[in-house]
Amino acid sequence: MEKRVVFRNPVLPYLLLAPQIAITLIFFIWPASQALYQSLLQQDPFGLRTTFVWADNFIDLFSQADYLNSLQVTTVFSISVAVLALSSALYLAVQADRVLKGAMAYRTLLIWPYAVAPVVAGVLWLFLFNPTLGIAAYWLRELGYDWNHTLNGGQAMTLVVVAATWKQISYNFLFFLAGMQAIPRSLIEAAAIDGAGPVRRFWTIVFPLLTPTTFFLLVINIVYAFFDTFGIIHSVTEGGPAGATNILVYKVFRDGFLNLDLGGSATQSVVLMTIVIAFTVIQFRYVERKVHY
Amino acid sequence: MAGINLRGVVKAYGKTQVIHGVDCTIVDGEFLVIVGPSGCGKSTLLRMIAGLELITGGEISIGDRVVNDLEPAERDIAMVFQNYALYPHMTVYNNMAYGLKIRGLAKADIDARVRKAAEILALDDDLLRRTPRQLSGGQRQRVAMGRAIVRQPSAFLFDEPLSNLDAKLRVQMRLEIKKLQKDLGITSVYVTHDQVEAMTLGHRLLVLNAGIVEQIGAPIELYEHPATLFVAGFIGSPAMNLLPARIGEDGGRVELSGGDGLPLPPGRFAAHAGRTVTAGIRPEHFEMVADDQSNGHGVARLAVDVVEQLGADTLVHGHFGTDRGVLTVRLNGTQDLQSRQVLPMSVQPELIHLFDPDSGRRLGG
Repeated sequence: MEKRVVFRNPVLPYLLLAPQIAITLIFFIWPASQALYQSLLQQDPFGLRTTFVWADNFIDLFSQADYLNSLQVTTVFSISVAVLALSSALYLAVQADRVLKGAMAYRTLLIWPYAVAPVVAGVLWLFLFNPTLGIAAYWLRELGYDWNHTLNGGQAMTLVVVAATWKQISYNFLFFLAGMQAIPRSLIEAAAIDGAGPVRRFWTIVFPLLTPTTFFLLVINIVYAFFDTFGIIHSVTEGGPAGATNILVYKVFRDGFLNLDLGGSATQSVVLMTIVIAFTVIQFRYVERKVHY
Repeated sequence: MAGINLRGVVKAYGKTQVIHGVDCTIVDGEFLVIVGPSGCGKSTLLRMIAGLELITGGEISIGDRVVNDLEPAERDIAMVFQNYALYPHMTVYNNMAYGLKIRGLAKADIDARVRKAAEILALDDDLLRRTPRQLSGGQRQRVAMGRAIVRQPSAFLFDEPLSNLDAKLRVQMRLEIKKLQKDLGITSVYVTHDQVEAMTLGHRLLVLNAGIVEQIGAPIELYEHPATLFVAGFIGSPAMNLLPARIGEDGGRVELSGGDGLPLPPGRFAAHAGRTVTAGIRPEHFEMVADDQSNGHGVARLAVDVVEQLGADTLVHGHFGTDRGVLTVRLNGTQDLQSRQVLPMSVQPELIHLFDPDSGRRLGG
């Protein structure tokens, strides 16, 4: 049977689609193509003169030590966030899955951080670790550890990674928990009868069955670390000290809006766009794999 | 190999007790079927033997070990689940090998055992390489059994393993399980709600109702001498007719509520003379007789309501006299019967079962 709706009026389907198409065109395609175009231009800081420079911006970009540093920082940052957020969420989900009493309360509480806006989360962590008045920084000093993330790049990176991870754990937790609860109980019981202890059961039965979930979350988390952590970086370190936490998306903002290098900033946006397109392709290609059960 | 011993086994969830003290000795190599309606606690009982449920009270031993506090893995049992519980991300081969790998067997040893089990269950090489998703229901069932066999456990536990199969396959797999159990001689406990499966598979049946053991015995024993009303109604298909009745003053006759009476074996019910009882008569134990054969003594008149012709036999649904309760009579072959016809029926006195309607216990031994 033909399942498609057939319109008699040839104009109607286009009319119905028009709002969505308009939104896509105005808010996505237009700015994206603007960025693409702008990445080929060079402007003076006052916007008085514009020169078409072909791919000079790109060549220039990849020869900048600053940018290469930012690439490296982003890689370290996003891998750390993804790995930490995934592993702690998985650990929490495993524990929450075993809890019998008050399970709902645990789950609800674990979901809360997700509702906190990135900037607010950043400010929370900033206060905790503020070198002069932060309680966590105070404790660290009591323990003999000199905490000052405004001077120490490694500490700054640790702080933003922790803050970004903390916010993403909830999301991962939800997916892991749902994934685990979708695994039939009898499978675990069969493995128990087959002689596998809890740890072995997890690694040979539960974890393999969670692979699709894990992979999906990995992509989501990396995209999150690349793009959605702007607020955290902005409120906690502003990319510093000395570019130690200057991730790509933050550098786009700094170069474009603070340093007014519009062409260079657009070029960086185009690189980021390429990266996100690549992630999306990976996502669609591999995550849509059939789930086992 | 080993027998299984249940002593006063009790299961409670909080304050709700669901199994009220089960005693049963399953001898080495025996095939015991636990049968009962859904919700009677039969699966819970099996899961307690498996170690998947905690034992609230009593004692379970497998072989000469008390297993109450042992993990499922330490009980040396294998279980076949209702939904098979095959590991979806492993091939059939790895599904069967999983338990052996965990036990640390040598690769060659594992391979030999898996191949042997596959051979017994007629699973070919091509099948061993597939994943469970690529198998039919019957094949999955076989693999689940294969996974149990390779372990060479001291007992098999089956939790309604055939209930997900279609009727034809169920009969076929039933025969295979019976044959397999006989060949391997491994003590087996099999849970089902299907009394035909129970009757055909088990050496002995344990009839469980609302967490209480109604009767334990060989299938034929349960059929011929049901200890309680519940067993009487549960075992046998079509089910036994249970009629309100009274034992005559001399104890030699049972008066059915419809007004007819049937003779009882002399002397057996003398002690219960005059008592109100529930009479149980199996549909297949009625005999059609000529009306005047016994001078109206020992004949009940069945008013026919509906006739079902099954070819090999005929089921007649009707009632006795003024009694409106429906009962079923099974007659051999095809019978030319009309509804509203009245048929004189007799029953051999030994084939009439009498029960105390209050306690449900069997009367007269």
